[in-house]
Amino acid sequence: MPVPNRYVIVGASHAGLEALRAIRMQDAEGSLAMITRDDALPYSPTVLPYVVSGRSAPERVALKDEAWFAEQKAQLLRGRTVTAVEATANQLRLDDGSLIGYERLLLATGAAPQLPPIPGLRGVKFHVLRRLDDAIGLHAALPSVKQAVVLGAGLIGMHAAENLAKAGVQVTLVELQPRVLAGYFDADAAAIIESAFSDRGVRLLLGRRAAGVAADGAGIRLQLDDGSELTAGLLLVATGVAPAMECIADSGIATDRGILVDERMQTSVGNVWAAGDVAQARDFYGTDAGARIINGILPDAVEQGRIAGQAMAGDPALRPYPGGVPLNTYTFFGQQAVSVGRQDIGETVLREADRARYLKIVMQQDQLTGIFGINAPFDPGIMWELILRRIDLGPLRAAFLADPQTVARRIMSRSWR
Amino acid sequence: MPAYNTIAFRPELCNGCGDCMRSCASVKTGSADPANSRIQIAADDGSYALALCRQCADPKCVASCPAAALDKHGDDGVIAWDGSKCVNCLLCTVGCAYGGIVYNAAERHVVKCDTCDGDPACVKVCDTGALRYITTARIYNEVGDLEDLFAPGLSGCQGCNTELVMRHTLRRIGPDTVLATPPGCIPGMGAVGYNGLTGTKVPVFHPLLTNTASMLTGIKRQYRRLGREVNAVALAGDGGAADVGFQSLSGAAERGEQILFICVDNEGYMNTGMQRSSCTPFGAWTSTTPVGERGRGKTQDAKNLPVLMMMHNCEYVATASTGFMEDLYAKLDRAIDASKRGFAYLHIYSPCTTGWRFPSQDNMEVARKAVESNFVLLWEFAPGEGLRLSRDPGRPVAITEYLRVLGKFRHLADEDVRHIQGTVNRNLRFIEGLAGGQHPAMASLAADRADQAGTQR
Repeated sequence: MPVPNRYVIVGASHAGLEALRAIRMQDAEGSLAMITRDDALPYSPTVLPYVVSGRSAPERVALKDEAWFAEQKAQLLRGRTVTAVEATANQLRLDDGSLIGYERLLLATGAAPQLPPIPGLRGVKFHVLRRLDDAIGLHAALPSVKQAVVLGAGLIGMHAAENLAKAGVQVTLVELQPRVLAGYFDADAAAIIESAFSDRGVRLLLGRRAAGVAADGAGIRLQLDDGSELTAGLLLVATGVAPAMECIADSGIATDRGILVDERMQTSVGNVWAAGDVAQARDFYGTDAGARIINGILPDAVEQGRIAGQAMAGDPALRPYPGGVPLNTYTFFGQQAVSVGRQDIGETVLREADRARYLKIVMQQDQLTGIFGINAPFDPGIMWELILRRIDLGPLRAAFLADPQTVARRIMSRSWR
Repeated sequence: MPAYNTIAFRPELCNGCGDCMRSCASVKTGSADPANSRIQIAADDGSYALALCRQCADPKCVASCPAAALDKHGDDGVIAWDGSKCVNCLLCTVGCAYGGIVYNAAERHVVKCDTCDGDPACVKVCDTGALRYITTARIYNEVGDLEDLFAPGLSGCQGCNTELVMRHTLRRIGPDTVLATPPGCIPGMGAVGYNGLTGTKVPVFHPLLTNTASMLTGIKRQYRRLGREVNAVALAGDGGAADVGFQSLSGAAERGEQILFICVDNEGYMNTGMQRSSCTPFGAWTSTTPVGERGRGKTQDAKNLPVLMMMHNCEYVATASTGFMEDLYAKLDRAIDASKRGFAYLHIYSPCTTGWRFPSQDNMEVARKAVESNFVLLWEFAPGEGLRLSRDPGRPVAITEYLRVLGKFRHLADEDVRHIQGTVNRNLRFIEGLAGGQHPAMASLAADRADQAGTQR
């Protein structure tokens, strides 16, 4: 039986790193091991499209280095995959057969690309973009590629399409939904984004399904549901991700689409926590207190990671997770799109849209439920707080709608330190 | 973890002139367009709202950056942005709840305050005092690791300011010290000892109220005879300094004994039941200046002991307050240094929660208001330099802001407040006159300096 670590964290991206920091705020000494399947130092999946384009050098994207782990008195095990969580024995089985014991375990394993059921996909060479090695591989492939097909117009697909286009590749983007970034923006906002892509020569095939794919020389030949065909030297599949939780299959830890956690990020097993893209946690907007969502965004991974770390270390300052709010920032061809909150709860109280600028505000009674902008200045962090604090905007409603950035800053100055 | 300097904003002093924003924009972008300023101030219903990077201790912008482009520097605490790593994703702006890191359309990337390498351009142009660069962190970084030379568990009243004065001063003065604490709150809370143990980690003794400075004189001279350098320090109350102890204090000052005498002025004999002293101000309730059918509190003004000490031409004399710690530490350092050459006198105002009757959590606020209303003036004197006001007494808060917090002044009639205001004004004119060289003694100092300058030429 191995000597158990006080804390073990599986995964070394934002949720795991923030949990490590939170643990060390409370417990400077307890033995701590972090396990990552990557050989590289910790990095963020969000930076990968920029590694593809060459804007970010792979050796400069590390979020922390070995010296930092030494300072934190934490052991970083790189290039090791957890094959099984043996929860009754409080131990992890690794791919090399070794065992690591734990007293308290955090699963921050993130998500893995979810491959669509396209006939022939397994038989052709394609790329995904989730790990640093994927990005380095894509970057290396660029010089020989003239045409690329990107499947999926989510954030990864859009970022990759833009960066491929900037690298001189002729890109075709295929999306099942009738618009890009359907999870974050409505049709008007999506239209602004779509036209920016079209203007730069990216071909958008929206509302189209891939019907089949086959090898074509060094590249691929893709059939669409309308019978048309595309050929390309490179295929990138970015049709979404799913929580990476193979290792807990026989552990008894309760799952739904992700690992189910409570408001302290604790799983159904008392000494196991989960945070980040793998966790399915409270929905801020849920009318049913039991409603659980996967809110796969970076700032929420940080929040969840910190709460998990505080809970694991017994930090009395822990404030329970208020629930996930969808939010994101998206920059494309020098323009800025920001999405905070939900479009479908409450009523749209302001909507301004033209070809270059877009602003939409959604409120329920006098509380903000969502604000969405393209090239419209406001502070997303302040808006997030307005939503979480359920600030009554009634007295300032007209002023807020006229100038959301300034009025939100005023409320911030009055309401929080 | 070290402490860091910070830019502080007081909206009540802001007049919305916008100079800070123009100055910041000019320094950072070369154009004075306020839109490019890293500090943003907006009118808010008669007040002002601030959006500015707080240089958070646990910054969410850094945690939310996927490209390692933001980093909190360990030396100055500034969160620095690295343009060579930034990928313009704007996720940092989601992490910030203060509007402190914002996309700038002209520069095409996020911008934030970097405190101008410790010399913020916005603060420099703020004439109203609304923006200040707070450098008090220096004290913590310099003295945080020094040993507290008082025992834990002194039995001061809740919220006692005097205990703060004691612990701060002695840890700075250091262990090579012989300490005298005449009767008063300081020995009363256990500093001098109980059950056969002392409350200090340095030699301490308990002189009579009358002979503190005399006994210290003897001790200091004996150590010098033995060839040992020690700090001879008194921590005395205002009663022990201004009343019964004044004869020996005046004598030691006049002889230029190498002593550091710290008067902790809580304006009365608070330890023994809150009796008046000669430092109790006009109108104050004490147990011997009661308020009732005829009594209206003390009927005389306070003795200005620090001015009396200055007129002994001591090596160094200063007034200080725990509401202004940087100033206090600067003066403490000068006083320690001066006591190697001659008599150094430090007069520290110490609001008393019990005797002045105010809530114990308000002590710092009371200390601050006393100074901000000019009830207490902060100044220092050294021979050859004359008197210098160490805090600008311009734009004081109303004296009533200070008086109304304190139970001992609750009974004051308007005419009493006018009397106190008159005393404050008179003291201010007198001290400003000294600072401006208008007092004959100071005028002659100025003349001496002019003579010396002339001789040198």
